[in-house]
Amino acid sequence: MSFLARHRIILPVVSLTVLLAATFYMQPRAMSYFGLNLLFNLAVPIALATIAQMMIIMVNDIDLSLGAFVSLVACVTATILNDTPALGLLILLALILSYALLGAVIHALEIPAIVVTLGMSFVWGGLALFILPSPGGASPDWLRTLMTVKPPFAPMAVVASVIIALVAHLLIIRSGIGTVLRGVGGNARSVAQAGWPVIRLKALAYGLAGLFGVLAGMALVGLTTSADANIALRYTLLSIAGVILGGGEFIGGKVSPTGAVIGALTLTLAASFLSFLRLSSDWQIGAQGAVLILVLTARLIFRQKGAEA
Amino acid sequence: MNILTKPWLWSCVAAALAYALILGLTSGRGAGELAYAALSFGAFAAIVGLGQMLVITLGPGNVDLSIPATMTLAATLALKAMGTDPGTAVLGLGIALAVGFGVGVANYALIYLLRLPPIIATLAASLIYQSLAIWSNRGLRIKPPEGLADFATGRFLGLPNVTWVGLLLAIVVWIALERSVWGRWLLATGQNMRVARLAGVPVELVRASTYISVSVFAALAGYLLASFSGGAALNMGAEYLLMSIAVVVIGGSSIAGGNSNVPGVWGAALFMFLVVSMLNSYGAGAGARNVLTGAIIIGIVIAASTRRART
Repeated sequence: MSFLARHRIILPVVSLTVLLAATFYMQPRAMSYFGLNLLFNLAVPIALATIAQMMIIMVNDIDLSLGAFVSLVACVTATILNDTPALGLLILLALILSYALLGAVIHALEIPAIVVTLGMSFVWGGLALFILPSPGGASPDWLRTLMTVKPPFAPMAVVASVIIALVAHLLIIRSGIGTVLRGVGGNARSVAQAGWPVIRLKALAYGLAGLFGVLAGMALVGLTTSADANIALRYTLLSIAGVILGGGEFIGGKVSPTGAVIGALTLTLAASFLSFLRLSSDWQIGAQGAVLILVLTARLIFRQKGAEA
Repeated sequence: MNILTKPWLWSCVAAALAYALILGLTSGRGAGELAYAALSFGAFAAIVGLGQMLVITLGPGNVDLSIPATMTLAATLALKAMGTDPGTAVLGLGIALAVGFGVGVANYALIYLLRLPPIIATLAASLIYQSLAIWSNRGLRIKPPEGLADFATGRFLGLPNVTWVGLLLAIVVWIALERSVWGRWLLATGQNMRVARLAGVPVELVRASTYISVSVFAALAGYLLASFSGGAALNMGAEYLLMSIAVVVIGGSSIAGGNSNVPGVWGAALFMFLVVSMLNSYGAGAGARNVLTGAIIIGIVIAASTRRART
């Protein structure tokens, strides 16, 4: 294996650096504590959602309901958790458990995750509408304080991203159970042969995804201070893109938590960068697509180098 | 083979059940109108579903997420070119289909040349198509020419015209899948791409033609939908993303590819419309409707999978 193929993390790091340099070149004033805070403001929930999606992709599945799930969590956080914290926490816990249960059901009945999560996206969306029929609600004060805290040296969004990446890295790459979980994506049968209960592992992976999804929804409410049932629908696609951008693969349990967080940061920055370009608003979305294609094209270099070796 | 083992049966049974439940509530009133509406709206879902089915048949990881953007772009450009002038329907159709063809080629180029996973490639490209539609449309709502609007909302031999189009397309797809070499190639590619390639199947040609077909189908659906509903809107395709995947799966095609099911797509398309009408007529709110729709989708998939496992 060549150097580049072994160190897949280089690609997301380079993309983020290039994009950051371009942003600073366009708008030198962004090169400050305040500027960075603005640039990466919404990165924290996206990074958390991307890690959630990564947990699912790690076991060879894909979650099409994540955006609806994060929206539901946001609605719960902005209403029930704010009014009656104990009940709110209970509901959020139940949501995490239902994700774990989903993983177990998907494995036990051998039904495709893409379809089940597609159906679940309707369920989450419907529940969110139940809880919050029209946009509104309020963020719990402690959450608001947590999300707007101003740590020394680096803005909240950057510090939080580093912490998320670190925690996910320790959990998935360094710990024993993380290695087994990635093994489920690599070869579920050999993991089963080695004596591991795959169904529980899948439930664990899905439960972790639920946990990070809940954190994403809460972080989002802390930033926006209110919620609506459609607030995070785009996170489904953003999170998938973030995982792949970070060097993950759809199959084989090949994922990188650090890469995923950097991928999420890159996607967030791409939006900020494009607004600096003074691009007509018609092309904003399209330019995001173009940036995505451009960055992913760089994967070719890695892939081919790996294949030659 | 027993009729009960046909996977497409379940979506049709479910559609019939939903239909009966609504009529039970209204004690038989409005049966004709309901069937007519289901056939009209179901046709759009069936057309995009047939395209999505072909792509999903290609095997794991193949899915087209650019369907909504393609529908919007094709409809926007076609209506803009027609500019409500009479006698331009064919021109508009040509433009819509050309847009579909172009989108399909672009999608496949990203997948093949840049080796992007189809999910990501079609997702990223769809953002660009969406921008193109926004840029060309400028928020204007151009009405379709009168003749075309009449055709899209009209009927022939008691069935809506759009249903005829959808049925015709279903028959063409069925013949292509079951009776043509291309169909055999497609199924072989979906079952095992490596083996298919070694057996001499022009795998890349099959994939290219499939991705072009799905976009052309989506463009056609967009063109018809815009004519049907009196103009193109930027969000007109939004609901067809999940819908297209749902009808394929409920219809009994294997999401793992290599096995497709044309009648099931139509059954599922009718079912998806009827289940929403059913929940509406039972007075369910938007929230409850979504929850139940999701639960029913999952229920059908579980029922179909245990059924398959037993046979």
